Amino acid sequence: MSKKLHITCTINGNATEFLCEPRNSLLEALRDELKMTGAKEGCNNGNCGSCNVILDGRLVNSCLVMAAEVEGRSLTTIEGVANKESLHPIQKCFLEGAALQCGICTPGFIMATKALLEKNPHPTEHEARHFLAGNLCRCTGYDKIIRAVLESAECAGKK
Amino acid sequence: MKDITYAAPRTLAETTALLNDKGDRARILAGGTDVIVQVREGRRDIDALVDIKRVPEVNELSYDPAKGLVIGAAVPCCLIYENVVIAKAYPGLIDAVSLIGGIQIQSRASLGGNLCNASPAADAIPVLIALEGVCDIAGPKGIRSVPVEQFCTGPGKNQLQRGEILVRLRFPSKKAASGAAYLRFIPRNEMDIAVVGVGVAIQLNAAKAKCLAARIALAAVAPTPLLVADAGAALVGTTLDETAITKAANLAQAAAKPISDMRGDAEYRKHLVGVLVRRALAIAIERAKQ
Repeated sequence: MSKKLHITCTINGNATEFLCEPRNSLLEALRDELKMTGAKEGCNNGNCGSCNVILDGRLVNSCLVMAAEVEGRSLTTIEGVANKESLHPIQKCFLEGAALQCGICTPGFIMATKALLEKNPHPTEHEARHFLAGNLCRCTGYDKIIRAVLESAECAGKK
Repeated sequence: MKDITYAAPRTLAETTALLNDKGDRARILAGGTDVIVQVREGRRDIDALVDIKRVPEVNELSYDPAKGLVIGAAVPCCLIYENVVIAKAYPGLIDAVSLIGGIQIQSRASLGGNLCNASPAADAIPVLIALEGVCDIAGPKGIRSVPVEQFCTGPGKNQLQRGEILVRLRFPSKKAASGAAYLRFIPRNEMDIAVVGVGVAIQLNAAKAKCLAARIALAAVAPTPLLVADAGAALVGTTLDETAITKAANLAQAAAKPISDMRGDAEYRKHLVGVLVRRALAIAIERAKQ
């Protein structure tokens, strides 16, 4: 077995250290080592987006990042989206719009929506669908998700 | 994933020494969108991943109208299409980098990786060929350069020898009255592998009436992406009229030697080559006239 690596990074604003094997993906380190199980393993090959996290401002599939690569870097995961008192507006819109059924894809969609709205606060439906093409949902048929995304953009605009 | 080691060297010399030491037991990690999946699924048997992203040279991204475009081998797609100067000068390149995978993939995937992975259906390679890209390769004996069209040697195979690393891609400056385009056919709207991909680049004369130079390259119709030199040559000196474009499309179809698989049979792919060459040329011509 290869020697374990000691990784230091920032997760959701908190300085974090963890140990991982060189073969571990970031998703494995988050879920198995740090017990942050919000990011889900769907396909484990970059197709489904269920494991999405934001790495130095960029939306990535954490199954396609090696844990060792995040040394010195900054991450936002689904656990860092709500504040202690209340849900994030995107989460509220997903909940109120019933934009989920089984919920496995939801953390990924919320992270992708967050990344979208940070880049483009007022996306058209087409832009939202294009941006979310890397996230798969096998329950909802996407319409409610897209409506929740556009609704989140509106809510944010009103503030 | 099987047990491996991870190294993140900080210089090219350190990287080539490491790669030379481990030979084909090591594989470079840039964006990881191909290699991580290959190792995890047991399709590539290695002992070490060598993360090159801390090496300055592979992160270079620069455009100088006098010297041309330089894209470090590990630069992710998103940085290329978000660079307004590069996006304006090389819209054909942007066609390709903005349709590789979804946003999450574009945050990580690099042109260098797309090239080194050497898929016959690689989306970036036809337009890299059409734009006269050159690969700078560093190795134990120094730096050598290879035109992109010679880089891939078979499905999943490339020119790199033991200890070598693709450092950067270089492109000539944007020429006056020139245009390029990449088009692929997929059965979905997003996130699929090309059934056929076509990259073209043309240059018109000052009056924008005659074709001075043209390059046409194809993907997913041969063991490697293909430069069809005679198809481009058929356009040179013409007014890019229907006859000339039909001749180029026919020559491209003749050069295509596709296989039949789940994505399309050989006859279908040949037909698509003709359609996509015409459509890509129409876009490139429009861009050249702007």
